[in-house]
Amino acid sequence: MIAESGPVVPAIEATGLGKRYGPVVAVESLDLRVTPGESVALFGPNGAGKSTLLQLCATLIRPTAGRLCLFGTNASSSDASALRRRIGFLSHQTFLYEHLTGLENLLFYARLYALPDPVSAALESIRAARLEHRRDDRVGSYSRGMQQRLAIARALMHRPDLLLLDEPFTGLDRPSHARLEATLEEERGAGRTCILATHDLGQGLRAADRVLVLADGRLLLDRAARGLDQGFLEALMTANSASGRAAS
Amino acid sequence: MNYWRAVLLVAARDLKVELRSREQAVTLLFFALLVLVVFNFAFDFTVIDFVTLGSGVLWVAFIFSGVLAISRSFQLEREQDRIQGILLAPIDRSAFYLGKVAATVLFMAAVEAIVVPVSVVMFNFRFSGRIALVVLELVLNTVGFAAVGTLFAAMTTRTRRGELLLPLLLFPAAVPVALAAVKTTTHLLAGRPFERYASWVALSAAYDLIFLAASVLLFDYVLED
Repeated sequence: MIAESGPVVPAIEATGLGKRYGPVVAVESLDLRVTPGESVALFGPNGAGKSTLLQLCATLIRPTAGRLCLFGTNASSSDASALRRRIGFLSHQTFLYEHLTGLENLLFYARLYALPDPVSAALESIRAARLEHRRDDRVGSYSRGMQQRLAIARALMHRPDLLLLDEPFTGLDRPSHARLEATLEEERGAGRTCILATHDLGQGLRAADRVLVLADGRLLLDRAARGLDQGFLEALMTANSASGRAAS
Repeated sequence: MNYWRAVLLVAARDLKVELRSREQAVTLLFFALLVLVVFNFAFDFTVIDFVTLGSGVLWVAFIFSGVLAISRSFQLEREQDRIQGILLAPIDRSAFYLGKVAATVLFMAAVEAIVVPVSVVMFNFRFSGRIALVVLELVLNTVGFAAVGTLFAAMTTRTRRGELLLPLLLFPAAVPVALAAVKTTTHLLAGRPFERYASWVALSAAYDLIFLAASVLLFDYVLED
């Protein structure tokens, strides 16, 4: 619930945000304000800068230009350690240890986040991921979809205020896909801020209140998801992808 | 999170992964034993005094198996980009560094605990009953090597060809600790009084302190992309 008395501190506030890797521009002059509880779908062709933007928001990399504040705190400040407790990040990689069991992986992260009762938190998370029957098996023996479910459980276990999800539906079968959709809906209902990067336009439109489209590190579109046409988004991204430009 | 709990957590995780996979232990141990066997065949120790060559033989085995240990330790973080999982956690990043150093020291110490007695039998020498000094010397130099190795491994872990870069950066920086280790071991093998090599022991201790302190202070920047 937003307090009426004071201004709302944005979950993400970027001003002139930029990230370069040598001569390569990954994100350029990006201005963005995401309010707490908002659910944002991030679209864009390959190499558009979606993953870089998520990594910037996760404080994994520092911007080379501009300013990024998360919950009112500068993401590059020395206080970023406390800020990281409020962030849940799911990347293309699972961050899981294949020689440890599913439960041991979650326990390791629960302890790293200093959760009050790490054992209960890990057990609850593995149950939510429907992997209880495989909790004592090594992650190396899990299928890709099971590893993805465990990775999602890891990202959500510490109940972060800001969820950054990079292609979370990768490798999931239909029931797991549906369960993740339901989980995202629950997180949305619980007032968590969520940024979801995906190539699945229909999925993103269903899960989000707002849509951002990136191309070549620049923000092309920032609109409410409601009423947005999937065909329009596809045309916009095709026109702005490297191959699309080459064809024209 | 309590700083030292985070250090222990990272070290314990490395040890648990190693106990399960046994990839590192087997490689390190066989590599170190192979070095001993090769030197045993290459030199006729009935003619050459082991005191002259022994310290070199031992530290070649320890240093190269140490490089393998450090390299493997960061390979674990590179796979599945696990290092990002650690960087995301609300812990002081230097706790991760100290945890990795602690795990590397334990792996190297396990190799040393086997290689030293084997070499005593193989080369028929003795440390003149100075076991406490031998242990002190091994600990000081192993910590120094693990401290500098872990720092450079972290620096190169997110770069392309990081494994190639690691020895290029590490060996020049490890020269002081390697010299101190070899010199101290030579004096210990010869049974000379402590005063003769106290300065080398002091060098090892100073190296450990300087590298550990500098790395703890700088590690956050080292992990920057």
